[in-house]
Amino acid sequence: MDPQSAVQKNGKEKSLLQQSVNRRNFLLFTGTAASAALLSTACGKEEDAPFFPSTEVNLGSGDFGVLNYAYALEQLEAAFYIQVMATPYASMPAIEAEFLKDIRDHEVAHREFFKAALGSNAIKALEVDFSSINFTNRASVLGAAKAFEDLGVAAYNGAGKLLTSTDFLLIAGKIVSVEARHAALVRELITPGSFADLASLAPLGANNANALDGALMPKDVLAIAGTYIKTKINANNLPTS
Amino acid sequence: MNLKNILTEIEQVDPEVYDRLDTRRNAMQRFATIGKVLATAAVPFAMGSMFKKAYGQTPADVLDVLQFALTLEYLESEFYKQAVSSAAAASASAADRAALTVIRDHENAHVVFLRAAITASGGTPVTFTAANFDFSGGSAAGGTPGAGPFASAFTAYPVLLAVAQTFEDTGVRAYKGQAGRLVNNNDVLTAALQIHAVEARHASKVRLMRRMLTGNLVPAGTTLQPWITLNQSGIDTGNAGANAAIQKSYNGEEVVLQAGVPITNIGGTAIPISAAEASEAFDEPLTKAQILDIVDPFIR
Repeated sequence: MDPQSAVQKNGKEKSLLQQSVNRRNFLLFTGTAASAALLSTACGKEEDAPFFPSTEVNLGSGDFGVLNYAYALEQLEAAFYIQVMATPYASMPAIEAEFLKDIRDHEVAHREFFKAALGSNAIKALEVDFSSINFTNRASVLGAAKAFEDLGVAAYNGAGKLLTSTDFLLIAGKIVSVEARHAALVRELITPGSFADLASLAPLGANNANALDGALMPKDVLAIAGTYIKTKINANNLPTS
Repeated sequence: MNLKNILTEIEQVDPEVYDRLDTRRNAMQRFATIGKVLATAAVPFAMGSMFKKAYGQTPADVLDVLQFALTLEYLESEFYKQAVSSAAAASASAADRAALTVIRDHENAHVVFLRAAITASGGTPVTFTAANFDFSGGSAAGGTPGAGPFASAFTAYPVLLAVAQTFEDTGVRAYKGQAGRLVNNNDVLTAALQIHAVEARHASKVRLMRRMLTGNLVPAGTTLQPWITLNQSGIDTGNAGANAAIQKSYNGEEVVLQAGVPITNIGGTAIPISAAEASEAFDEPLTKAQILDIVDPFIR
């Protein structure tokens, strides 16, 4: 995924934001929480309600919001690798099958961990959109894998400061280094020697001169990841610092 | 927590904080300008400078983490400096030498970055030179300096890579273990996480290089991967002392319970997650004391 298309996604983001604002105004207008809940239930069955997007997922606020954000990204990665291994590209070498299967299992472990840890606070399962990926083509699959892994690293690095619990921060730390291991491996499969090409990661917030990996705030990550997620994600209540 | 909140909180216990910095408006404006002008990476210095100006110090805990990190980066930086020009590396492929050079440059950049961050925060960065390190691993109490179990690190390429892998995996665990102490300092925390991820990329690459190497010192029956399986080092140097020293960097990696959630088979029967994979999916921290014990043989 190139950074340019990510920037262009901002147009879509804006309209999403608009919808959310409209939704909030609408809820304020209806007055009571009870009626809001009723409406929420009622609208949950409708597709494409004009200013009450039934498919929207709200990540929530505080540490749980940040964990839901991570859960959303892990859902995306897990779904991707499940598809990769369900329909492997032609002549996938044994070593690549071994690595990609392992990565799939790690991402599923991350996804299910967040789901379990969040319990009733967890967002629902997201609907993904991989129409831009050609799963029969090695370059397309590995290119997408690289994009997901590098983005995942930048996402966790950027989200660390949003957490207030040191326990959650440690969990994020335990996961991000595994994502970085994935990222380096996938990069090596594409271009040997590119495992930590930090100059190429500058659009994700990396600093090559200081040898710092990417770090992005949720809104920037979701603008990029949005290409692959059909479900509308509302991250407006996430902490920003 | 953002800077404004920090200042507001400080203001409650120290109403004169803004006088110490400047006027409130100027302090805010100055920081806003600094934030815009400087690269993200330089913000820790700006933060450090503000605290230094106000109180003459950055919280001791944060400085301690930075000094600890700097020590480890010096260790790695000096190791790769010698490694790249060693007889061992001369026997490696050009691609491998290029990778070692990339890693060396990163570790050196981390040294420079951390020194600047410490200085900006009002501390005096520790300084190490090549003479301070003993990459034979013979400088622990009772050891023989210069003639430790890794004495062939710069003459035998498989040993060089085994030490490199251990240092990288250890570095990842070291940063992870310090993150909690930085929870109230957003900028330093973010920079530390950014370094942490780069170390993990290095670890992944070195592991891949070992996987592909003939005579790689990977124990028979072990499949070395870019991630850490259980508490396996994936290294058998043939020297019990060296193996024992290395093992310290992998003990505790076998955890399969995260925040009370059992990870093994958490995906159900559709995608069975083995204990090995459950352990791989999460890297584990080490405490500062554990790390210092691990690097002790390498520091004279």
